[in-house]
Amino acid sequence: MAETTRSLTDLFGMLGPRRVSDTGATAVTSVTSVAEAAYPTKALQKFLASLQANDNPLLLDLGPVVGSNVTFFGEQLGCRLRVEDVAKDIDRHVKEGITEQLPEFFARRFPQEPGTVDGILCWDVLDYLDRPAAQALATALTGLLRPDGALLGFFSTADQQEAVYTKFVVVDEANLKYRTYPAARARQRSLLNGDIIKLFKDLRVTDSFLMKSKVREMLFRKPAPRT
Amino acid sequence: MVNIGKSVVIKGELSGSEDLTIEGHVEGRIDLKDNVLTIGPNDKIKAEVFAKSVVVLGEVTGNVTASEKVDIRDNGSVDGDIASPRVAIAEGAHFRGSVDMQRAGAKAQQKPANQQQGQPQQAQQGQKVGA
Repeated sequence: MAETTRSLTDLFGMLGPRRVSDTGATAVTSVTSVAEAAYPTKALQKFLASLQANDNPLLLDLGPVVGSNVTFFGEQLGCRLRVEDVAKDIDRHVKEGITEQLPEFFARRFPQEPGTVDGILCWDVLDYLDRPAAQALATALTGLLRPDGALLGFFSTADQQEAVYTKFVVVDEANLKYRTYPAARARQRSLLNGDIIKLFKDLRVTDSFLMKSKVREMLFRKPAPRT
Repeated sequence: MVNIGKSVVIKGELSGSEDLTIEGHVEGRIDLKDNVLTIGPNDKIKAEVFAKSVVVLGEVTGNVTASEKVDIRDNGSVDGDIASPRVAIAEGAHFRGSVDMQRAGAKAQQKPANQQQGQPQQAQQGQKVGA
């Protein structure tokens, strides 16, 4: 049976990538990796392109440490990469019952000097915060970015109540794998386009993609000061 | 290849010109600029590390600078900043700090990681080096 499946998969594979389901996952050619489908991304390559002109850019990753991502961004950009696992911060506040302290926490969370970070991989962490905490985090990130710096944010458009975070594992600049792991709380809400723009009111939206994986990918740039 | 056994404790500066595997305990500074350093699976070191390549199977607290590659294997742990043109972190490895993978030739590679980044060093705070 497995051989039959593989043969069919190979046959379809010859026809090129296809959707596995309505979730927008791209089919993978081997049977063993069907459970970990690759999802297309459009904003990542634009994010990379925005940083490639910089010499030794400083990149801030708000997700958990993903070894292959560290290698990928390091090799693509020759960058300095700092991983600040914000999901872990959220979990700690939820478990200790002090989520109301999150806005104050985010205001002084990051050790980097304001205006020194070239790029921020925000992933989907804002989906897990209520409005005041999300605003505090967005304001802190905006302050960290240097003029012309870029921020990549993902925002789910799906109503998902399961308490899981997603690790976004970079396959290449056009594809990501989504790996879920347990979270202390579920997504708080689906942010609308207008809500997201208000959160980052001091940044400029340069690209926005609504993906079939029910993720809105948005790329922001910090405007350079007018001279 | 030199091996430092499990029962050996070194406090101070360790330097050499051949590949080294540490199974014991080292506090201070390890300098193997042209050689490979392997931190064994049961090893816990608190040191500034400089080497050509570093393979971490145990625990390192301190900055790691390698001119070729840093490889943190499954169950390996680094709490400090890494500066190397190539870095591999396995699934299941622990890492806390920053990574500087500036392309080779762009900057001198043998600077301590914290000097390259110009940031305060959490990993070094409170670390005492016996001489």
